[in-house]
Amino acid sequence: MKFEHPAKLNPIDDLKVIGQPTDRIDGPLKTTGTAPYAYERHDVVANQAYGYVVGAAIAKGRIASIDLNDAKAAPGVLAIVTAENAGKLGKGNFNTAKLLGGPIVEHYHQAIALVVADTFEQARAAAALVRVNYTPANGAYDLAAAKNSAIKSEPSFGGPADTATGNFAKAFAGAPIKFDETYTTPDHSHAMMEPHASIAAWEGNKLTLWTSNQMIDWGTSDLALTLGIAKKNVRLISPFIGGGFGGKLFLRSDALLAALGARAAKRPVKVALPRPFIFNNTTHRPATIQRIRIGATADGKITAIAHESWSGDLPSGGPEIAVTQTRLLYAGANRMTAMRLATLDLPEGNAMRAPGEAPGMMALEIAIDEVAEKLNLDPIEFRLLNDTDVDPEHPKRRFSQRNLAECLRLGADRFGWNKRNPLPAKTRDGRWLIGVGVAAAFRNNLLVPSAARVRLDNRGMVTVETDMTDIGTGSYTIIAQTVAEMMGVPLENVVVRLGDSAFPVSCGSGGQFGANNSTSGVYAACVKLREAVAQKLGFNSADAIFAEGQVRAGNRSATLAEAAGANGLVAEDTIEYGDLDKTYQQSTFGAHFVEVAVDAATAEIRLRRMLSVCAAGRILNPKSARSQVIGAMTMGAGAALMEELVVDKRRGFFVNHDLAGYEVPVHADIPHQDVIFLDEIDPISSPMKAKGVGELGICGVGAAVANAIYNATGVRVRSYPITLDKLIDRLPDIG
Amino acid sequence: MTTVTLVVNEKARTLELDTRTTLLDALREHLHLTGTKKGCDHGQCGACTVILNGRRINSCMSLAVMHEGDRITTIEGLGSPDHLHPMQAAFVKHDGYQCGYCTPGQICSAVAVLDEIKAGVPSHVSDDLNARPQLTDGELRERMSGNICRCGAYSNIVDAIIEVAGVQVSGAKA
Repeated sequence: MKFEHPAKLNPIDDLKVIGQPTDRIDGPLKTTGTAPYAYERHDVVANQAYGYVVGAAIAKGRIASIDLNDAKAAPGVLAIVTAENAGKLGKGNFNTAKLLGGPIVEHYHQAIALVVADTFEQARAAAALVRVNYTPANGAYDLAAAKNSAIKSEPSFGGPADTATGNFAKAFAGAPIKFDETYTTPDHSHAMMEPHASIAAWEGNKLTLWTSNQMIDWGTSDLALTLGIAKKNVRLISPFIGGGFGGKLFLRSDALLAALGARAAKRPVKVALPRPFIFNNTTHRPATIQRIRIGATADGKITAIAHESWSGDLPSGGPEIAVTQTRLLYAGANRMTAMRLATLDLPEGNAMRAPGEAPGMMALEIAIDEVAEKLNLDPIEFRLLNDTDVDPEHPKRRFSQRNLAECLRLGADRFGWNKRNPLPAKTRDGRWLIGVGVAAAFRNNLLVPSAARVRLDNRGMVTVETDMTDIGTGSYTIIAQTVAEMMGVPLENVVVRLGDSAFPVSCGSGGQFGANNSTSGVYAACVKLREAVAQKLGFNSADAIFAEGQVRAGNRSATLAEAAGANGLVAEDTIEYGDLDKTYQQSTFGAHFVEVAVDAATAEIRLRRMLSVCAAGRILNPKSARSQVIGAMTMGAGAALMEELVVDKRRGFFVNHDLAGYEVPVHADIPHQDVIFLDEIDPISSPMKAKGVGELGICGVGAAVANAIYNATGVRVRSYPITLDKLIDRLPDIG
Repeated sequence: MTTVTLVVNEKARTLELDTRTTLLDALREHLHLTGTKKGCDHGQCGACTVILNGRRINSCMSLAVMHEGDRITTIEGLGSPDHLHPMQAAFVKHDGYQCGYCTPGQICSAVAVLDEIKAGVPSHVSDDLNARPQLTDGELRERMSGNICRCGAYSNIVDAIIEVAGVQVSGAKA
């Protein structure tokens, strides 16, 4: 189905099942520990051996020699894979560094060997006996030091490196109010709870991999490419994924090494990355340095806005696209954005939840707060003054929907914004300094083709198959809801099968595009199945009504089970898009409100209240969508207050490579969270009239926390995370 | 190698194990009770939480051979998809999970936390160590903080626990 014109009324609009806060259909499996994750598939293949990864102990250089003798002689060892004996390997399209390094080492903890043994304990012990001599080389590990060497990056999924409209320099020079500040965000780790894990089994030249991957088709292609075998000989199976956040978008070393280990050991092999490897072996969100300049009139209209960002990555890597929201969020006739990329020899940088907007909004939305204060304007008022209905860089393009103002106004009302003292450091509650902050939320809506197959059987059951993944987002449930709505069957009559490369290729899970596109693909397949049912029954498909397991047309009716007959009916289709995302700008909007308490003596920061108001098209399941938003708010709070991969600038690695050193929010850090969805539908986006919501919640929330801390203390911190050491010597006097 | 007998979910299970095998790996790799998760293998994330002789522990931080005769309850011992434990049902109702990987540990912890409060065990946020701890949301958040949920379902998890506790809790300030 080609979606080329805004959606008209369709069966989804009945909202009998879609739009309902249904409990997740996979909930009973997840809460009883019976949902099978990759490393746990004792059921799928016998005789599994264990692989343990050896990571490089230097950041850059060469392996001079590897002594495997002791490891080979260790009890239980079946095989050891290194670059020397692995055969010729390619590199995946989505990988920057090689997944199996050697003799060149590209980053710290790059995998350089896999030890396979009968048991996990044997493999781990033998891996410690692999002795490696390195010839280290000098590398660049410090973004601030490398900033001046950064060059204009190639166009990426974030668009071109540079954009310009009007004459920024002239308008900024002439602006009555000028603002120019620089912000920094550190490297972040996805730190999902399930480490990357795979079980590989060969049958002749055919490989099956039970793995944990967000994008089945990318993973299948890249595994085939890396191994130099035909894609049709590779099957990936990933029905449950213990979190991804972008860290499992790509083929990673666990998958490749399991495949190589299984080939070498002539047995199925399972590999999980040890927790410390998540930080330096896999990808991370790169650190940024961001300079923002804003020129405004005295009455608060932005006349000039510039956002520049510097980040680093390995050679041939890409930038953190932190300026992209500034191209679209606020009005202003004269504007420029620029991204510069330095070569750093740290582990590979790549997408993490809301790449670009997450760190970009952390900077931009503090800057907006600062300019509002300079103008003596309420920060919500300042945002409303500079709202725009059109893409400011291309004023003929309208937004398909843009309800930023309503999000801000409704949120202000619900949060009690008018009770906030605009003067900082004026509100006390005992030993606590109290502050309230606001920020806009913004994230684009991306359209990606997505296919599905639906099968109706003679019991009236509908089975849907797509290689779509559920990384905690609720895909199983919203896909079941889509089928139930389209086919007029109860939810219990829908079977959802996901995450298998044998199924039609979906959009996958990333970029908050999963829900809207995967359900649109299922919608397209269901439209075809409805036609097949009507044709089989001799009904006019345009008149046919699908409800309560029956099909009715005029005065005729039949059950779906009857229509299916003994052989059943199958339909498959793909949702594809025309140019509605070019003629219109499709984005999601929101507003974050945060109340903090800062200890007047110690600067300890506590979150007291959090509210997000979101405008993100039709909300397919308010219960699971709300979870997406509170989860993103939580991760954004982590970015504001604690998350930082600390770089060892001499040795070139992330030092705090475990969950004690890389702090993420825990229960005690997060208060009750409220989420409000505006009643928005977006017929320009898709037949589902939905948009993404999984990343909107992280975009801007960090700045709302920062702005609340400023309101509480009068201390403006422009370097994340905002830890108490950055406040304590500047706190107001305790009177 | 040595032999150890564990009483897992009320069944005696005798295993011949490499002495380096953690309790977590004994459950997952030897008994195929994979509901207990390996998130970090360092005692830092709580995904491997099980209830040992009535108290919750991180099963990754303990060797299986240290537990001869010990009674272990795993997530599989609390309930099954067709017969959910009240805490499991409350997690479903309140969407107290997303990816599901930390969930068994959260649920085992939550069940044990309510018992700890009932038994009068104080926590870091208890104002008076000699008084009975109250079932406040501050107490729950503090006691659950050894169980990381990177998906960020905390707000919903606390709602689920409160429902099972069957009390109206007061919000603790800051």
